[in-house]
Amino acid sequence: MNPTETPGGTPAPDGPVVLLGVLKDIHNLGVLILKHALERAGFRVVNAGAMLSTEELVGAAVETGARVILVSSSYGMAALDADGFRGQCDEAGLDGILLYIGGNLSVSRQNRRWEDIEAEFKALGFDRVYPQDVKLAQVVADLRQDLGLAA
Amino acid sequence: MAGIAHLVDFGSTFTKVVVVDLERPAILGQAQHPSTVDTDVTIGLERALEKASGFSDAPVRLRLASSSARGGLRMVAVGLVPALTAEAARQAALGAGAKVIRVFSHELTAADVADLEALRPDLLLLAGGTDGGNRAVVTHNADAIARSRVDAPVIVACNRVASDAVVARLSASGKRCYPTANVLPELDRLDVEPARAVIRDAFVRHIVEAKGLDRAISRVDDIVMPTPAAVMDAATLLAHGTGDEPGWGDLMVVDVGGATTDVHSVSSAPPGQGLVPRGLPEPDAKRTVEGDLGVRVNAHSVAELAHLHELRADLAQALRAPAAKARCDHLAANTGALASSGEESALDVVLGAACVDIAVERHVGHVRETYSTQGTVQLLHGKDLRAVKALVGVGGVFAFGPRPAEVLRAALARAELPHSMRPETPALYHDARYVFYAMGLLARREPALALRLLKATLVPHGSAPAN
Repeated sequence: MNPTETPGGTPAPDGPVVLLGVLKDIHNLGVLILKHALERAGFRVVNAGAMLSTEELVGAAVETGARVILVSSSYGMAALDADGFRGQCDEAGLDGILLYIGGNLSVSRQNRRWEDIEAEFKALGFDRVYPQDVKLAQVVADLRQDLGLAA
Repeated sequence: MAGIAHLVDFGSTFTKVVVVDLERPAILGQAQHPSTVDTDVTIGLERALEKASGFSDAPVRLRLASSSARGGLRMVAVGLVPALTAEAARQAALGAGAKVIRVFSHELTAADVADLEALRPDLLLLAGGTDGGNRAVVTHNADAIARSRVDAPVIVACNRVASDAVVARLSASGKRCYPTANVLPELDRLDVEPARAVIRDAFVRHIVEAKGLDRAISRVDDIVMPTPAAVMDAATLLAHGTGDEPGWGDLMVVDVGGATTDVHSVSSAPPGQGLVPRGLPEPDAKRTVEGDLGVRVNAHSVAELAHLHELRADLAQALRAPAAKARCDHLAANTGALASSGEESALDVVLGAACVDIAVERHVGHVRETYSTQGTVQLLHGKDLRAVKALVGVGGVFAFGPRPAEVLRAALARAELPHSMRPETPALYHDARYVFYAMGLLARREPALALRLLKATLVPHGSAPAN
C-alpha cells in the first residue's frame, strides 16, 4: 500500500483510509480543506461529518476499516469529549489505530503553553496533536511516517 | 383493456380477492374465504374465486397474488456496527416487506449461530463494511454461516471488495446466495433498493414453494411479493405518480392490523431549515413495523402502553378505564370479535388511534437540541415528515370502523411533542374499500390504472390542522 500521488490527485484505490470528523460542533471548512489536501497526497479520505460523538467516530472507523482517525475540534472543550476515546477504540477492536487531533483544543490556550496542551491530549491516547495553525504538509508528512509509507 | 383482474392476497386468516374492471376502470368488489394455507392453499383460493365470480363474468385477464401467510417473509439481518450496516440491512429487509425476526451485529459467535439455526429464517441478509472498508468481519460471518446448518438463501449486500470472497465461501458449502450492491456503500449513502429487489426475487423463487403456495401457481399468473411490499408499492406509486400522471407527493400510510401496525413513509424532501441530520441516512421509502401494536391480537399490549407519556392524554385515559381493560383482554382472546355496542365501537376507535399514535411516534424523526460555539444546534435523528402532503389510513379499523378520520388524526403533530417530526397539515384519506395492497399488486403490470383507481378510491377528509 503506497499512496502515491497520481497525476490527477486522485486517491490510490487501495490506500489506507483516513477518517475525518468534527467533534461536537458544526465548523467544517477546515475539514474540507484538509480532506482535499489528503486526497491529493493519495489517501482515501472518509468525512464522517460534524457534531459527532466519539462513539459515532468509532462506529464509522469500524465500518470503513480506517487506519487513522483525524479529529477536528474548535470549541475548546475537546479534552472532555475525548476522554476515554482510546479505550473505546480498543474495545471496538481498533487497537493500534492512529488518533490525530487538531484545532482550538483548549479554551484557556492563551494562558497555557502549547507543550502542556499537547501533553494533555497525548495522555488521552492521541498520537499526534496539532494547533490551529498547523501546516497541511506537516499532517501529510506525519501520516506517511506513522503509516510507514514512502515520503 | 377489456376484461377483469383478480388481485389475490393469501393472508394468515383470509384469502382475499379484489376484482377490478380493467376497461372502465373500476373496483367491482372484494370476496374472501378463510385461508387454507396450512392444508391445501388452493381450497381457500377456489372458494374465494367462486365468490369473486359473482362480481363479473368478463374474462379474467390478470391474476396476481401477494402473501403474508405462514408468518410472512421471515428474515434475519446480519451486519457489522449496530447503528450502521446492521441497521441498513434491517431497513432493506423491512422495505422489501419482510418481518425482521432478529438482527445480529459484529462477529457471529457460536451461540449466535445456534440461535440463527433455531430461528429458521426464510431468508438471510448479510451486510458488513462500507465499500473498501472492513472486510474481516463479513468474511468471518460468511464462514460461520457456511459451516452452519442454516439452509435459507443468503442475500449478500456487503463491502463490495469482500463480496466475491463471501459468495465463494458460501457457495462452496452449498448455500444458495445472491450477491447485490452494498446496503451502505459509504457512511453517508444508504443504497437499499438493489437489496430489496433481490429479496423480492428470492421470495418468488424460494419462499413461495417453501410456504406451500406453489400449489396455487396454476390458478394465478404470479405470486409476486409479500403483502407489506404491495402496500409499500402502492404508497410509492401514489407519491411519485407515473410518467404521465403526477402523484400526490410526499406521504405517509398507516396500516393498522389485528396484530401489528405498519407505517410507510415516502418522502425525499431534505430536512427542514436549521436541522442537522445525524446517524444513518434515511431511505426515501421507509417502513417500520410495530409487533406490539394491533387492535385484536395485541389489544392487551396496547392497553398496557397507556402509561407512555407520548400517548395522547385522552387516549391513555380511555385505555386505563377498567371496562376498557376487560374489553381488551376479551379482544386478545377472541380476535374475530366485532363491536356490538356503542361503547365497544368507541373503544375500537380508541385502540386504533392509540396504535396510530405510538406507531407514528416510533416512525418519525426526533430533534434534540444541543449547544455549540455557534449557539443552539438542532440535531435530527430520523425522518423529518412534518411537511408530508397526504396521510392515508389502511386496515379494518378504517374500512369498517366508525370515525376513521378521528383514528387518523392521532398521527398528527401536536404541541406537547415539539421534537417529534410528525405530519403537520397533511390531507387525510382512508382506504374505505380495503384495496390499498391490491393496487400495489396491480401496479406491477398496470401502474397508470392502479394510480387512477387509488386516487378515486381513497376517501378524503379534508386537510386537518395539527391538534
